Amino acid sequence: MTEFTPLASSLGGALIGAAAVLLMATSGRVAGISGIAARVLPPYEDRETGARVAFIAGLVLAPLLYMAAGGTVVQTVSTNFPLLAIAGLLVGFGSAYGGGCTSGHGVCGLSRLSKRSLVATAVFMGVAFVMVLITRHAL
Amino acid sequence: MNARMVSGFVAGLIFGLGLIISGMADPAKVLNFLDVFGTWDPSLAFVMGAAVIVAGAGYRMAFLSPKPMFDDAFHVPLAKAVDTPLLGGAALFGLGWGLAGYCPGPALTTLALVADGTIVFVLAMVIGLWAARFTPKV
Repeated sequence: MTEFTPLASSLGGALIGAAAVLLMATSGRVAGISGIAARVLPPYEDRETGARVAFIAGLVLAPLLYMAAGGTVVQTVSTNFPLLAIAGLLVGFGSAYGGGCTSGHGVCGLSRLSKRSLVATAVFMGVAFVMVLITRHAL
Repeated sequence: MNARMVSGFVAGLIFGLGLIISGMADPAKVLNFLDVFGTWDPSLAFVMGAAVIVAGAGYRMAFLSPKPMFDDAFHVPLAKAVDTPLLGGAALFGLGWGLAGYCPGPALTTLALVADGTIVFVLAMVIGLWAARFTPKV
């Protein structure tokens, strides 16, 4: 069980949306984590690598700042390492090959009213729902 | 160091704080959102809803300018076609997301907590992200 947190989740979601707007207004780019992370690695096709590394650095430092301010970060991670490795490969390959993840298609794409992103979001959510249905209720 | 690096860093920081405050840094919360017929936790819908409302309104305001503050043009994705790479990639991503409850943002944000499982996931994810760039789109 996890607690239903409509207020905190809406506030956090609004911050995610604000971060996406900030990146668009300043750099003119979508805040898609899979796309940014994939292009931190070579080959480098443009001059945005420094800005991408800076974005990832901000993302990684966020929990440290939050904890330094007295917050607690709750996290329950599986210890089934083979499963996590397979899931990581699928998430990485699938999101980069499909041109986006929960942020790029889910948040930024839907905000731009992109049909591609709407379809992609419906597909990955639908597949994930079925996956959890199988692993938690059928196996 | 240029202006886009500074704004990128601040955007990443705010994005990460949003993931933490929303509860999405916890894979258990994501898996419970996906478990409609079990221990359902609808919180993720509120995260997505609020993010899309704020970004939708903010993008409209940002696009009133002919160009972003620190660059010569907007670089929004131009592809329009709903094709096989989009559908296949999204399906594979959904499989992995449903298996672990981790998508790229939360996985990277919680890296600093150095949980063994997160490190394994992120290493595999980076290999997957990189491999996709060398895979022809069919």
